[in-house]
Amino acid sequence: MLKTGSEIFVECLLKENVKILFGIPGGAVLPIFDKIYEAREKIRFVLTRHEQGAGHMADGYARSTGDVGVCIATSGPGATNLTTALATAYMDSIPVVAFTGQVATHLIGNDAFQEADTTGITRPVTKHNFLVKDVKELARTIREAFYIAKTGRPGPVLVDIPVDVQRAICEFSYPEEIEIRSYKPVYTGHIGQIKKAAELINSSKQPLLYVGGGIISSNASPELLKLAEKIHTPVTTTLLAIGSFPPEHPLNLSMPGMHGNYAANLAFQNCDLIIAIGARFDDRVTGKLSAFAPKAKGGIIHIDIDPTSISKNVSVDIPAVGDAKNVIIELLKHLKKKNNKEWLKKIADWQKTNPFSYKKDNKLRPQYVIDKISEITKGEAIVVTEVGQNQMWAAQFYKAKYPRHFLSSGGLGTMGYGFPAAIGAKIANPQKTVIDIAGDGSIQMNIQELATAVLNNVNVKIVILNNAHLGMVRQWQELFYKRRYSAVCLTKPNGCLPEDASAKRPALMVPDFVKLAESYGAVGLRITKKEEVENTLVKALKIDKVVMMDFIVEEEENVLPMVPAGKALDEIITSLA
Amino acid sequence: MKHTISVLVENKPGVLARIATLFAARGYNIDSLAVGETDDPTTSRMTIVVRGDEKILEQVEKQLNKLVDVIKLNDFMNVDHIERDLVLIKVKADKNTRNEILQIVDIFRAKIIDVSANAVIVEMTGDEDKIQALVNMLKPFGVKEMARTGIIAMARGG
Ligand SMILES: Cc1ncc(C[n+]2csc(CCOP(=O)(O)OP(=O)(O)O)c2C)c(N)n1
Repeated sequence: MLKTGSEIFVECLLKENVKILFGIPGGAVLPIFDKIYEAREKIRFVLTRHEQGAGHMADGYARSTGDVGVCIATSGPGATNLTTALATAYMDSIPVVAFTGQVATHLIGNDAFQEADTTGITRPVTKHNFLVKDVKELARTIREAFYIAKTGRPGPVLVDIPVDVQRAICEFSYPEEIEIRSYKPVYTGHIGQIKKAAELINSSKQPLLYVGGGIISSNASPELLKLAEKIHTPVTTTLLAIGSFPPEHPLNLSMPGMHGNYAANLAFQNCDLIIAIGARFDDRVTGKLSAFAPKAKGGIIHIDIDPTSISKNVSVDIPAVGDAKNVIIELLKHLKKKNNKEWLKKIADWQKTNPFSYKKDNKLRPQYVIDKISEITKGEAIVVTEVGQNQMWAAQFYKAKYPRHFLSSGGLGTMGYGFPAAIGAKIANPQKTVIDIAGDGSIQMNIQELATAVLNNVNVKIVILNNAHLGMVRQWQELFYKRRYSAVCLTKPNGCLPEDASAKRPALMVPDFVKLAESYGAVGLRITKKEEVENTLVKALKIDKVVMMDFIVEEEENVLPMVPAGKALDEIITSLA
Repeated sequence: MKHTISVLVENKPGVLARIATLFAARGYNIDSLAVGETDDPTTSRMTIVVRGDEKILEQVEKQLNKLVDVIKLNDFMNVDHIERDLVLIKVKADKNTRNEILQIVDIFRAKIIDVSANAVIVEMTGDEDKIQALVNMLKPFGVKEMARTGIIAMARGG
C-alpha cells in the first residue's frame, strides 16, 4: 500500500510495539506529529518540557523495563538538546531509539533554518545513527534502528528524517527478517574458554565475582545467584548492577570502587581470581590501575558481550565473549561446588570493621533519609538517582531488592538525569513506587519536567537532599583543595557555611522548592528535623500526586569511604579525623 | 610499531567520518588513509596506516570491528602482503638539470608525466621506502609540490 513517510513512521512504531513516545514537536517534524495525532489511541505521546527530559525519560523507561525507549525531537536545537541524554544512554548501554526531524534534503548543508548536522553531532554518543534520504529506505532503517539498539551490547540509535522524506510517498512493507552483514553480535561464549574459566574457578582459593550493568541487560540475575551460591563466592555489584543480587544475601559485597564498600575493595586487592561479568573495569571501580588486584595475576576471567570491553583497561587472562546469561548457564555445567569458608571469614571481618555507616545523632543526615526510604519501601521501589553525593548515598544505603529497580547515570554522570528518568520509569511501571533521589543542584537541571509529571499524573516522589551546595564538588574541595569552596554554594554568593549558619536556611533558599512544587500543581513538603523523616515519607508515598520533599540536611556531610582519585583501592579513607 | 590495516566497509555516506572520528576520539594519528570502491559497488576498502602502542592499536581495531558499517578488518602486521603508494612530485627542472633528473627517474622506474620550461612532474608507484628514496634524490633540485595517495595494500596468495 502507498503511504507517506510519516505514515510509515507510525506503522513501524506500531510494528515495534512502541506504546509510549516522549518528545517535543517542531517545524521539521510536523508531518510526523500530524500522524502521531491520528495514532493517539495506540501510541501515547508524552509532551516534555525539554528534549533532554524526553531522552532521559526514554532511558528510564528502557532501564526499568528492558524494552527500547523511544523519543523524538525536531531538527537543530531539538536534536542538539537530545545529545546529553543520548550520551548518557550510550555510556550505560541502554537501548534507546531517538528520532529527529531534519531540514529538507535539498537544504541539507546550506545552513538552513534550524539545521544541525545531527548525525555528525551524535556519532560519538550513539551506537549507530542514520540519515534517511529516501523514503524507500525509511521502514528498513527504522527496523534496523530498533534491532541495533536492543541486540548485542545495547545502546542508543538515532534516525534523522528530513521533512520532505516525511511527506514523500512509497510502497510500505515492513521487513520481518533482518540481516545486517556487518553486524553480528555473538551470544554464546566460546566453549573452550568457558571450560578454561571453569578450571580456574575450581582451583581458586579466594575468588571474587564482579558484576556490572551487563548482568541486568542480559536479565541474568537468577543465574548469577545460582553461580555465586554454587561456587560460594562473594559478589560485588557496580553502580549499574545494584539490585541484580539480593541485598541481604550473605555473599553480597555491595558496590566497589571510589565510594564503594571497604570489604569489596579489599576483596579486589586480596582475591586470587576475578570473575568479571558484564562489567568494564571502569576507573571509578579499579582505582589506580597499576595497583589493582595485585594477587589476581593470571586470574582474571571476563565475560562480556562486547569484545572491545575485554582487556581495555586491565589485561584479561580468560575472555568469554557472549551474553552473560548464556555464558553463566554453560559455565555452571563445568563448575564444582565449592566452599570458600576461610576467604569469606576474612571478608566478613573487613565488613565488620568498616560497614557503610554514618553518625547516628540528632542531626538530619542524608544517609538517614535513604535508610528510611529503604526501610519503608522494603527495597521494592524503583529508585532513580541524580548525580553527586545523593547518588553515592543512594547506592550505599538503598537496598534494591530487584534488578531494574535502581537507575543511575553511571558512565556519564549526568546531573539532571534522575527526575526525567524517574518519570519514564513510572510511566512504564504505574503500579510501582518510583522515587527520585536528588541533590538540590541536580534537580534544578531538569526541574521543568515537573509540568510533564503533574499534567500526565505521573505520580513520582522527589526526595531532595538539600545541602545548599553542589555537594560532591564541595567534598572534593574540602578534601583536596583546602576547603576553598569555589563556586559550589547554591545560595547567594558566599551565603553558605562557614560564614552563614545553616540555621538561616531555608530563608536563603532559591528556589523555595515547596512553593515551586505548588506552583506546578505538585505537593511540596519541607523537612528540617530527623524526627519528621519517617512520617513524611510514609505520608508522601500515600499521596496520589507528584510530591517534592525538601530535606534540609547537614551541609558538610561527606560520602565515605573514599578512594581518592588515582589511589589504589586499599588506600581507602574510611573516616575523616 | 607501524600497522597497515585494511578495512572493508559499507559504501555509504558518513562511513569515512565514522572511522576517522573513532581515531580522533582516541587521540590517534593516522599516517595515511586511502579509500576506494571495490569490485562490489556496495563496499569500499580503506587502507589505514597507523603507528603506535600495541595495546591502543588492539583497542582501535576492536572498536573499528564493532562499527556497524565495518564488514571485515585485516591487520597486515604479520601477513605477507604488498603495499603500494602513488606519488606525484613536481620538481624544478631547467635545461641544465633535466637530463640528470631523467636519469634518476629512469633508475627508479618512475615516469615523467608533464614537462614545462622550468619543472617536470614525476609519477611513481612503490612502497614507502622506495618513494622516500626517490624524494631524497630529487630534493636537491627543488621539490615544488608533492601529492601522495596513501598506501593501499593486499595480502599475497589466495
Ligand atoms: C551536567 C553536569 N554538570 C556538572 C557535573 C559535575 N558535578 C558532579 S557532582 C556535582 C554536584 C552535584 O550537586 P547536587 O546535585 O546538589 O548533589 P549533592 O552532591 O549535593 O548530593 C557536580 C556539579 C555533572 N556531573 N553533571
